[in-house]
Amino acid sequence: MLIFVARRVGLMILTAFVLTFVVFYLTNLPPNLEKLARSEGSVRMSDESVAAWIEQNGHGGSVLGRYGQWLGIVPGWSNVDEKGVARGRCFEAGSDPAIAPRFCGILQGDWGFSTFAKTEVLPYLGGMLASTGWLMLWVMIVMIPTSLVIGVVAGMREGTRTDRVLSTFSIATTATPEYVSGVILVALLASPVTGLSPLLAEWGWIDGKTLFQGASSPDNITFWSFTLPVLTIALYGIGYIARMTRASMTEVMTAQYIRTARLKGVSFRQVVMRHALRNALIAPFTVIMLQFPWLLNGVVIVETLFNYKGFGWTLVQAAGNNDINLLLGCSVVAVFVVLVTQLISDIGYVFLNPRIRLS
Amino acid sequence: MADWDPSQPILEIEHLSISFFTRLREIPAVMDFSCTVMPGEAMGLVGESGCGKSTVALAVMRELGKTGRIVGGSIKFKGRDLTNMGDEELRHIRGSEIAMIYQEPMASLNPAMKIGAQLAEVPMIHSGMSKADAWALARQIVADVRLPDPDRIINAYPHQLSGGQQQRIVIAMALMAKPALLILDEPTTALDVTVEAGIVDLVKELGEKYGTSMLFISHNLGLVMDVCDRICVMYSGEAVETGNVEQVFDEMRHPYTQALFRSIPLPGADKNARPLISIPGNFPLPHERPPGCNFGPRCDYFQKGRCDATEVPMFPVPDSDRHETRCLRWQEIDWTAPPAKRAVKEKAPIGRVVLKMEDLKKYYAISSGAFGGGTKKVVKANETLSFEAHEGETLAIVGESGCGKSTFAKVLMGLETATSGSIMLFDENVQSTPIQKRNTDTVSQVQMVFQNPFDTLNPSMSVGRQIIRALEIFKFGKSDDERQQRMLELLDLVKLPRAFAERMPRQLSGGQKQRVGIARAFAGGAKVVVADEPVSALDVSVQAAVTDLLMDIQRENRTTLLFISHDLSIVRYLSDRVMVMYLGHVVEMGTTDQVFSPPYHPYTEALLSAVPIADTKVIRKRIVLEGDIPSAMNPPPGCPFQTRCRWKSQVPGGLCEREVPPVQVLEGGHQIKCHLSRKVLEEMEPVIKVAAE
Repeated sequence: MLIFVARRVGLMILTAFVLTFVVFYLTNLPPNLEKLARSEGSVRMSDESVAAWIEQNGHGGSVLGRYGQWLGIVPGWSNVDEKGVARGRCFEAGSDPAIAPRFCGILQGDWGFSTFAKTEVLPYLGGMLASTGWLMLWVMIVMIPTSLVIGVVAGMREGTRTDRVLSTFSIATTATPEYVSGVILVALLASPVTGLSPLLAEWGWIDGKTLFQGASSPDNITFWSFTLPVLTIALYGIGYIARMTRASMTEVMTAQYIRTARLKGVSFRQVVMRHALRNALIAPFTVIMLQFPWLLNGVVIVETLFNYKGFGWTLVQAAGNNDINLLLGCSVVAVFVVLVTQLISDIGYVFLNPRIRLS
Repeated sequence: MADWDPSQPILEIEHLSISFFTRLREIPAVMDFSCTVMPGEAMGLVGESGCGKSTVALAVMRELGKTGRIVGGSIKFKGRDLTNMGDEELRHIRGSEIAMIYQEPMASLNPAMKIGAQLAEVPMIHSGMSKADAWALARQIVADVRLPDPDRIINAYPHQLSGGQQQRIVIAMALMAKPALLILDEPTTALDVTVEAGIVDLVKELGEKYGTSMLFISHNLGLVMDVCDRICVMYSGEAVETGNVEQVFDEMRHPYTQALFRSIPLPGADKNARPLISIPGNFPLPHERPPGCNFGPRCDYFQKGRCDATEVPMFPVPDSDRHETRCLRWQEIDWTAPPAKRAVKEKAPIGRVVLKMEDLKKYYAISSGAFGGGTKKVVKANETLSFEAHEGETLAIVGESGCGKSTFAKVLMGLETATSGSIMLFDENVQSTPIQKRNTDTVSQVQMVFQNPFDTLNPSMSVGRQIIRALEIFKFGKSDDERQQRMLELLDLVKLPRAFAERMPRQLSGGQKQRVGIARAFAGGAKVVVADEPVSALDVSVQAAVTDLLMDIQRENRTTLLFISHDLSIVRYLSDRVMVMYLGHVVEMGTTDQVFSPPYHPYTEALLSAVPIADTKVIRKRIVLEGDIPSAMNPPPGCPFQTRCRWKSQVPGGLCEREVPPVQVLEGGHQIKCHLSRKVLEEMEPVIKVAAE
C-alpha cells in the first residue's frame, strides 16, 4: 500500500513539474512580458526601455532559470536600478537585500504578487478557492445522489419506458454544455423580461422581479441565489454520471450472480439493493472522481456567467489582465486538484472492489 | 402443500413447450416435453448443446428472461402448477423448495459479498431466521459440504476460493433451505476431473441424506450414470428417450441414443480396430427443424415418407420401468445388430524421432502485490521434462488445469522460451528461439490446433481467405492461383465442401470451425502438430468426427501429434503413448496400455478412477482425492503429489515430504516418478474392470 502511494505521489510530483513548466513557459513568452512591461511601466515606453524594464524586473535570462526562481530552487534575482535602488525578487524595492532570504518561490510559500488583485497571490487565491469550494460542495450534494439514482433506476430494468425516459434526459443534459444550459436557465428563470419570471410577477406569486437571482456571491448563499449556478454545473455531470451508472448497472443486472440471487427467492428490491448496487457502483466511482477536475472547468464558465467571485472567475480575470503570477498560481492549484483526485479514486476503487485488495 | 402426498411425483412436466420470441420470429426451443421426478429420485437430462435441456431447467424455475415464454403444457411441482403462479408465490418456492446449482461457480457468486452473507440470506428470506442463527447455519452447512476451516470460509470473498470450493459453496447455498428439488445445470463442467469426482460424491451423498430429488443436466453420459436413477435423452428440443439408467444404457430404443453411445470412446474402442462412429450431419437449427422426426436426416434407419410425414409421439416400451421412446420404427429395428459400417483402419507405422526434449524447464517470475511490487516468486511451470516423439506417433499429454501442459505447448511453439534444457526439432535446436526469430520452415512444420474454435478464427475474414493467409505466411506457392488451389485441397482434406471457402466463420458450426482450424494448421505441411484440447469445446457427436479426421490426416501425412487433453477416455482411444503431468512434473510416461493398467503412479490411478464411464458393464474403483491441486506458486516440498496421495503411508520415513522422487524405469520403458517400491507398485489393482458378459 505504502509503496503504491509513494510511487503514485512521485509520479504526481513529476507531472506537476512538467505541467507547471508548460504553463510557465507559455505565460512568459516575450510578447506577454512586453505587454506586462507596458501595463506596469508606461504604455508609451520605447522598445529599448521595454527591454530594459524586462531585464530589471527579473524577467530576463533563461526560461529554466526563471522557472527555478519561481519554484524556489534557484536564488531569486536582485539588481540595482539606474536610480540606485536595490530591487529583487525576494524583498521590497529599497529594503536591504542582505537580510532577505535567498530563495523565494512557491516552495517557500511565496507565490508572488498579483498585478490584477494588487495583493499577494496565495492568500487571495485561498479566499477564492474557499468560495468555489462552497459552490462545488453544493454541486456535489445535488449531482451525485441525483445521477446515481437516475442511473440505477434506469439500469435496473433495461429497455423499459422508465429507462428510455431517464436515458433521454441524461443524454440531453450531458450533450448541453454549461454555457448553453446556463444561458437558457438564466433566460427562463432569472430574467425580468423573458421566461417564467414576468408571468409569476404578474400573478403576484413572487415578490421580486425574478424567480431566481441571476448573480450570486459567496457571502450570501441562499436557495434563490445558488440554485441556478449549481444546477448549471450539476446538469452536465448528472447526465454523464447517470449514463455511466446505467451502463454499469445493466451489466451487473445480467450477471449470473444476480440470477442466482433471484433464484434464491430474493425480492427484486433486495436484489437491487443488496446484490447489484455495490457491484454497479465500482465503475461510476472512478467517473465521479474524474468529475472533480471537470468541475473546475465548468466553474470557469459558470462563475463568469453568474459573476460569482471564485476560482474560475479569478482564472478568467488573470488571463484577461495578463497577470502572470496569478495565472501560474491558478495552474498550480488546478494541477494539484486533478492529481489528488486521481490518487483518491485509485485508492477508493481498491476499497470498493474486494478483488483488488492491497496486499 | 397439505394436499400433496409423498407418493405423488414431486415434479411433473407435461407436454411442455417453450419458445423464444425475437423480432423476426418465434423460435421453439422445447416442444412437447414430458417428464416426472419422484421424491428422492435423480433424473438426468442429457443432450448436446442447444437441445433445450437448460431451457427446461430454467422453465422449472420460471426464469426464461424477457424473450422466453412457456407456450403450452404444464409444470407441476408438488401438484401445483408453476406455469401460472404469481411472482410472490414463485419467490417463496425459489430457493426454499427448488434450488439450483449452476455451471460456472465463480460467476454465480456475488463478488462483492462475503460467502457467509450470501448463504445466510436464504434462511433469512424464507424462514425469517435471525441473522446470527442464519450465519450459524451457514457455518454448519459449509462444514457439511466438507470444506476445510468453515469459519475462515464464511468470512471470505468468492475470489479467495478455488473453483472446486466455490462449487461446494454454491451447493451449500442450494441446501440452506433443505429444498425438495435440486436442479443441477452442468455442475461440474467447469471443474477438473478429480475435483468433479469429489463434487459428484458430495451431491449423491447429500441427496441421500436429505432425500432431495434432483434434476441433473449434463452432456456427459458417464456422469449421469454415476449420479442418476433415471435419464431423459433430449435432441433438438424434444425428449427422444426416457427410462431408468440401466434400460436406456443397455437396451436403448432410439437411434439417437444408440448413435450417441457409439460415438463416445468407451473402453474397448480403438482408433484402428474399432473406430468410433460419428453421427453424420449437423444439429438442426431451431428454426430449420426437419418435418416429422427431428433426428431423421441424420438417422441410419430413416424411411422416407414415413419418418418425415408426421410428428412422432412418445411410445411406451412394454414390460419396462416407464421406458419411452420417440421413434416410429422402434419395434422394427434390430437393436442388437452390430454397427454395419465400421471401417477398420490400418495402424500407421511409427518412424524416426522427430522431436526430442531434454530436461526442459520453464520458470516464471511473478510479483505478488496487487499493484506490482511485493515479493517476487518463481512459478515452476515445467520441471525437467524429457521425452521423444516419433514420426506418425500420437503422444498424449494428460493432466488437470495448472499442471503445465499448456506452458509446455507454448515453449514448443516458441511463444515462450525455455528457462533451461533443450528442444531438438529434427536436427535443429529451438529451445531458445522465439517464434519471431524462427524461419518460415520451422514455423510451418510445428503448428497448433487450439481448444476453442470459436475464438481462434478471425470473425471478419472468410474461411478461404484465412487459409490462404496462412499459406502466404508459410511462403507456399508462387502465385495466388496456386495458393487458391491448395486452399481448396485443404478443405477437401478436412472434409468440408469447397463452397465453404466463401463463408464467414459465424456461418459455421463449432465442429466445422475446428475443421478450418485443422486445415490452417496443416496448411504448411506441418510435421508436428500440437492439438491443445481440440475437441473439448465440441459436442459429443461432433467430437468423434473431428478426432477421426485428425487421425486420418495423421495416417496420410505421417504427422507427429501431441495431443493435450484432460479427457482420459479420448486419450485411451487415440494415443500411442501417454505422458501424465502434475504440477509441472511428468509423473508417469509409457505406452497407452502401460499407463492405463497397473502399476500406476498414484495420481494416474486417481485420475483414471475419477473419469466417469458411460458403460454399465465397467466396474470402477472409486478413489476420490481430497483437497485441491496445490498452487504452482506455492508447491508442496518433496513429491508434488504428496498432499493428496493415498499411498503416502507406504513409503517409509516421510521421504515423500522431503525429496522429489526419482524416475523409476519399469519394463518396456514405462516411467513412474514415485517413491513407492517396486513391490508395492506391482501389487496395485486395476482401477477399471470390464465385467464378464
